Amino acid sequence: MDSALFLNQLFNGFSLASLYLLASLGLALSFGIMRVINMAHGEMLMLGGYLAWLTLMVVPGGAGILLALPVAFLGAAAMGGLVQSTVIRRLSSRPLDTLLATWGVSLILQQAARDLFGAIGVEVRAPEWLNSSFELAGVTIPSARLFIIGMAFLVLAGLALVLLKTRIGLLTRAVNQDRMMASATGIDVKRVDFLVFCLGSGIAGLAGVMLALLGPVTPNVGQSYIIPAFLVVVMGGLGSIVGTTAAALILGVFSALAQIYVDVSVAQMLMLVFVILFIQIRPQGVVAVKSRQLDA
Amino acid sequence: MVRPRLGTLAVSVFALALASCSGSGTGSDAAKGDGVAVGVLHSLTGTMAISEITVKNAEMLAIEEINAGGGVLGKTIRAVIEDGASDPSTFAQKASKLIESDGVVTVFGGWTSASRKAMLPVFERTNNLLWYPVQFEGNECSPNIMYSGAQPNQQALPALEWAIGQGFNSYFLVGSDYVYPRTANLILKKHIEKAGKTVLGESYVPLGGTDFSGVIARIQQSKPAIIINTLNGDSNVAFFKQMQAAGLSPKTLPIISFSIGEQEAQAMGTALVEGSYAAWNYFQSLPGDANTKFVTAYRNKFGGDAAITDPMVHAYLDVYAWKAAAEKAGGFDPNAVRKAATSLSAFDTPMGKVSFAPNQSLVQRAYIGKLKPDGQFEIIADSGADIQPEPYDALAFPGKSCKL
Repeated sequence: MDSALFLNQLFNGFSLASLYLLASLGLALSFGIMRVINMAHGEMLMLGGYLAWLTLMVVPGGAGILLALPVAFLGAAAMGGLVQSTVIRRLSSRPLDTLLATWGVSLILQQAARDLFGAIGVEVRAPEWLNSSFELAGVTIPSARLFIIGMAFLVLAGLALVLLKTRIGLLTRAVNQDRMMASATGIDVKRVDFLVFCLGSGIAGLAGVMLALLGPVTPNVGQSYIIPAFLVVVMGGLGSIVGTTAAALILGVFSALAQIYVDVSVAQMLMLVFVILFIQIRPQGVVAVKSRQLDA
Repeated sequence: MVRPRLGTLAVSVFALALASCSGSGTGSDAAKGDGVAVGVLHSLTGTMAISEITVKNAEMLAIEEINAGGGVLGKTIRAVIEDGASDPSTFAQKASKLIESDGVVTVFGGWTSASRKAMLPVFERTNNLLWYPVQFEGNECSPNIMYSGAQPNQQALPALEWAIGQGFNSYFLVGSDYVYPRTANLILKKHIEKAGKTVLGESYVPLGGTDFSGVIARIQQSKPAIIINTLNGDSNVAFFKQMQAAGLSPKTLPIISFSIGEQEAQAMGTALVEGSYAAWNYFQSLPGDANTKFVTAYRNKFGGDAAITDPMVHAYLDVYAWKAAAEKAGGFDPNAVRKAATSLSAFDTPMGKVSFAPNQSLVQRAYIGKLKPDGQFEIIADSGADIQPEPYDALAFPGKSCKL
């Protein structure tokens, strides 16, 4: 097997991993801390993509892409906050109902996108420096994919900073470890839920901007990333950011290397089988979060 | 146990009633009782919407023009539009609904072969007639479908002949993962091998898929002379975008596509696809009065910069062919109409004079075009004469023939 192909696919694996990571970090946060299955998470990606397109219509070129990042983050965070405060908060003790309700929200958001932007999808014109590529040791590296990997690093670093160094991060970790005890010590759990959900949705919005650099933004674009996002979160271990990162890396590289031998459809199937086998051997995920919380 | 409150119950019943009311297609207002219902079934949402919405528009234009001219056999055509949502099982469901609930006498619809294969049993069971306007892989011979789109020997094989004639010796085949690209590539591989050329690779991506990193890595590794592209829908946008990002534009690595027309090029952004080739039975830049008239009429209704594609013209001529066949048969019975359709003499369409062969496929010419920066195709090759449609390729499916 050609070493250039292998190295190329290794890079593509990291690129895929960075996309999976950005798509699933938000889910890991909300799933981990609230045990809430948010089926509308994919639509936050879609929203981020459309906000990027709108931003680029107003401010074209490189400045537009950089401006699109905070716009998409804030927009998706706002939508996430809306969904959390109106739908999810009221169903916090009923996970199956949350699943159904957020699926309904996802359908509403998809149709709203169709009505507002058309069913066909929109094209985000990236600036020239994001549309080029360069050669390194026989590997062709598109700058868009390098940019996405860089973004993933930054987001991860930013998240680590927030979780480890800020007060809200401390509160989040406390609620994550033991919800009832945290509440008993006076932490406003509902406020933490809201902020974490907003943060998670905001990160998904950033992921949407990244997706827009690689393909068209359509009303269905979130649907193709929600399953891999859930796979990453489940495999990574609930409530663990490190686990999510590890799982995203494993799945991304696995999927890309599998594509050397088989087609994309079969690679996706193999990825699913891999996760199922992994969960059989290690049900708690890559990184098991130890806590004294009694599972309800 | 939570006892549902009366209010919640009432709201859910109301919502259910509302949901069952919607979903019946929109129809043009026609005098009830003195009209004839036809179905228009295309993907108005989903990954194929980029291609199919304009095909639906072309059919509606034809229906409008016919109604303005007095209708068919004195009856106004009432179009029932349904959305297949780029999902084959939805197509089958909607086809069934159109025929059995709305009582349509014929249906104009479909694009992906997956949708056509899903609808086929419905049309055979109800003995209705589907007019299918898109190029496909052949290998099918049903009396209940009028195949006006190109058979492989009217698109894929002329394209291959042209490529071999241009001196391209190695081929890479990229397609969406469903029956049409797989069968078309099977046929192409047999012919490529027979011509003594090589197939360097064959890659498939799920319909609607947008990650081409692996495919592009394979293309870069195998360094083909030309890529034959049978991707459909939004995947094309992602593919060309990622190819460009990897430094492989159509100008540096030739690529010929079977599912990209003027409309798709416009929607994708001409800069992405400029310099690539396409093979169709019609290009908007074809000369001729019928073509000019059609383009003008379409743009008057749908916007001055609308792009016209081959499937749109096939869909447009399908409606007129149905009208002519119904008038010849003296009625709307699908069986009578299809027999009349194949006995019609050649009629004038925006793509020139065409006619239906006894095997219910269209006799038509093939063209190769190269995309110019203005979004139009420059016609660089021409089959020269009409090509008789052959549903079963002689190399891939020897011994089979279509007798209807």
